[in-house]
Amino acid sequence: MTSIWEYANPKKFIDTSDRVIPALWVLSLGTLAIGLIWGFFFTPDDYRQGSTVKIFYLHVPAALMAINAWFMMLVASLIWIIRRHHVSALAARAAAPVGMVMTLIALLTGAIWGQPMWGTWWAWDPRLTSFLILFLFYLGYIALWAAIENDDTAADLTSVLCLVGSVFAVLSRYAVNFWNQGLHQGASMSLDAEENVADVFWWPALVAMAGFVLLFLLLVLIRTQTEIRARRMRALLARERMQ
Amino acid sequence: MIPLLKRDLALAVRAGGGFGLGLAFFLIVVTLVPFAVGPQSELLGRIAPGILWLGALLACLLSLDRILALDWEDGSLDLLATAPLPMEGIVSVKALAHWLTTGLPLVIAAPVFGVLLNLAAPGFFWLTLSLLLGTPALSVIGTFGAALTVGLKRGGLLLSLLVLPLYVPTLIFGAEVARRGAEGMGVETPLMMLAGISLAVIALLPFASAAVLRVNLR
Repeated sequence: MTSIWEYANPKKFIDTSDRVIPALWVLSLGTLAIGLIWGFFFTPDDYRQGSTVKIFYLHVPAALMAINAWFMMLVASLIWIIRRHHVSALAARAAAPVGMVMTLIALLTGAIWGQPMWGTWWAWDPRLTSFLILFLFYLGYIALWAAIENDDTAADLTSVLCLVGSVFAVLSRYAVNFWNQGLHQGASMSLDAEENVADVFWWPALVAMAGFVLLFLLLVLIRTQTEIRARRMRALLARERMQ
Repeated sequence: MIPLLKRDLALAVRAGGGFGLGLAFFLIVVTLVPFAVGPQSELLGRIAPGILWLGALLACLLSLDRILALDWEDGSLDLLATAPLPMEGIVSVKALAHWLTTGLPLVIAAPVFGVLLNLAAPGFFWLTLSLLLGTPALSVIGTFGAALTVGLKRGGLLLSLLVLPLYVPTLIFGAEVARRGAEGMGVETPLMMLAGISLAVIALLPFASAAVLRVNLR
């Protein structure tokens, strides 16, 4: 019976991810290409927004992954705190910059979309504000990892920061909602909502989202491998210096 | 715990002038605002609650790295860690001492500074009350940040980067209470949220701060 904890062994993790990564390259780029080309060229323009609506196929998946990346870091941090598997801590570290870039993409595409639609690049709308705050959380998390020299100390401190930060991020989301009612449209892709976007837009968006998820997985696997190898290299160098 | 509190208070008041520095900073921020936005009293009165909250928050931030850094440097933190007092108790006392020496003076001074910024008459009570409820949360969250960065040589800037996003909910609800109070609107919802944040943070965050400090003292 194989268990998921086998991948806590760095060697096993690298071996398995080496086998998965080529397939993920093909899958993620393929899905992204299909989703984006379908979305950009084979869906009708919106009757009010014209073709500007098509940035939606980048904006929504990036925003989705910005939040899910933090969630993945939270789970990985918990695993590190509870079971102390180094691969888990390194995966959290590896995911942070990817999540930050996703947040940035969501903010930038949102600004580009907002300019023609709302007549402004930026408004202090609850969702925009929450994403800006999320961006700051990523920034602090990455800065803390970079500032501490001892690997285990860094893993411990950033894990606790991730847990506390998650609570405050959710709290900020509701505080910001209370503080200002915004321009942003409501949820229009929920599975249970009465009124959603039409199927012609829904399917390519779903494919683009799957593409972003796969891309995120791919990048996190590669970056985790890099972190493991970098740490192994440091250990080898330290051992050589001892001799 | 009481002797530790007394020691921290005595150190803050007597040694090295940390005490009162936050207050002076608060005064300077309030003085600089009219230079930046212009002396129209109507405009100043409108932004006064927000400026006062922001000034108090920044003054609080300024003194955070003193909470643990000095004890870390001279080794008294290691001694405290071996004492029978639980680590959660130590960080709570540290946060309380920080609040008594920084937060409380800010609360008392804020109405005076409100006069400088032409705060509307009903706002004085609500501003003071919101600061009284909100500044303990700022001290406790700040202690968490100080515990995270205590082992670092140049932790000051990182401390701000880590703590300021955590201050967002407190600032939103605190400034909202002061603003609504000044404009004569109902303040119950933000007031309760602010009190709730403070109480939850005081009850829960010391556990995180203590965990982090234990890692740093390892």
